[in-house]
Parts: sequence; C-alpha cells; structure tokens
Amino acid sequence: MTGKSRDNYNENYLNYVKTQDPPTQHLKNCAAAFGVGGLICCIGQFIRYSFEFAGFSGDELAGLTSIVLIFLGCFLTGLGVYDRIGRYAGAGSIVPITGFANSVTSPAVEFKTEGWIYGMAAKMFTVAGAIIVFGVFSGVLVGLVYLFI
Amino acid sequence: MNAELVDILLQYLKAFAVGGGICLIAQIIINVTDLTAGKILVYFMLAGVVLTAIGVYQPLVEFAGAGATVPISGFGYLLAQGAIKGAEKGFFSAITGSLSAASAGVTAAVVFAFIMALLFKSRTKRS
Repeated sequence: MTGKSRDNYNENYLNYVKTQDPPTQHLKNCAAAFGVGGLICCIGQFIRYSFEFAGFSGDELAGLTSIVLIFLGCFLTGLGVYDRIGRYAGAGSIVPITGFANSVTSPAVEFKTEGWIYGMAAKMFTVAGAIIVFGVFSGVLVGLVYLFI
Repeated sequence: MNAELVDILLQYLKAFAVGGGICLIAQIIINVTDLTAGKILVYFMLAGVVLTAIGVYQPLVEFAGAGATVPISGFGYLLAQGAIKGAEKGFFSAITGSLSAASAGVTAAVVFAFIMALLFKSRTKRS
C-alpha cells in the first residue's frame, strides 16, 4: 500500500480532482453565450427581413426563417464547425434553434456506423425526441385548456 | 438617417439583446447547476410553452422578433400558439394544432440531418 488512508478513498480522490480542475470562467462563459446567442438571433432577423423583402408573410415567413436556420445548423454540424463554436459559446450555441438542429444532426452523423435504422435514424432523436415528446404533450394540454375556457 | 433604417437597426439591437439574454440565462443555469444540453433544451422549450399559454411570450415576440423566436423557447411558443389557434376551431384542431405549427421545424431538422448523415463522416472530436 502507498500509506494513503483507505477511508473516504473516493471522496479524497474527487476532492483532489477538483483542485486540479481549471476553474470555470463564469464571466467569460456568460459573455460568450450572450454574444454568440445574440448574433445567431441577428442572423435569424436578417433571414426574416430577406424573406419579408421577397414577399413572404405570416406563418410562411416564420417557417421559412426557421428552416434556413436549421439548415445552417445542420450543415455547420456536418462540417464540424458547430461543435467548435459550441465549445466557445456554450449555451449561446445550444439554446438557439441551430442548437436543436445540432442535437439532431450530430448523433445522426456519428451513429451512422451502427447502421441506418438503429444507428442513424434511431439516435437522431436522442435529444430531439425528448423535445418533441414534452412539446407535443404540453401543446395538447394548452390546446385543451384553451378549448374549455 | 431615414426613419426606416433606424427602425431596422433598432430591431437588430432588440433581437441581439433579447436573444443573447435568453442564452445568458441558460449559461448561468448551466454554470450553477451543471445541467446537460438536452435538459436545457427541454426546459427552455417548456418555458416557452408556459409563457405563451399565460400570454407573456407573445408581447416579447412582438418586441424582439427573431430574438424571441430563434431560441428554443420560440419553438415552444410556436407549439403553444398553434394549439391556441387550433382551440378556436374546435376539438380536433386543438389537439393537432401544436404539432402542425411545429411541422416545418421538425421536418427540416429530420430531412437536413438525414442529408448530412449521407454526406459527412463522423470525425474524432478534438478537445
């Protein structure tokens, strides 16, 4: 034995790991999230103005804007660029709709090697599935509440 | 400067501030609680649904435009808005309204993700 106490061995080790961890840079993190998140929203606003200029309006306008943003998110994920942005921006790249696109595309590309059905297609919904499940369920609740009041 | 240009610039500023602000809230939550990305997405989407249902999110969308619709809470807004509009038409639309409204986003995500899976190989993650 090395003479180290076997009591609380795991706890001691975790404390040791904590002392060696680089400290989370809260301020820098938050500034990056704010900046990148705001920038992605501005890109969305720009796309929206572009479609508005092209003569679209209402639901069509909103839908086309999110389709383009989702395309950008998927494409940048495929290229591997989005993960690099994500390391820097944290929530700034997770929360916008492009982050949703990333959460769909990333496992789809990664698990392709496990086959098309159980790999690519099934893993595609690891995160998006949860969003759709809770989204649809809460959406139905809202619909029913508004129907009966 | 003409008024229209000022309006457009102001709209960008509002989108930046509100969109960035929503991401900032998420980052603070991540820093404090170590929630994973998937959970953050679900909670923010649910927050969007709830805030829309109680009528808070609609004014925010009118104020900030893409700043409120681009974050995932805007997806929740879309779902709830579809359900509310559907509820005016009757029982069937009240149930199908939310997913119909979100169909563009879900379809785009699935189709584009499929195409990207065909085009790209997974790369080893560099950390």
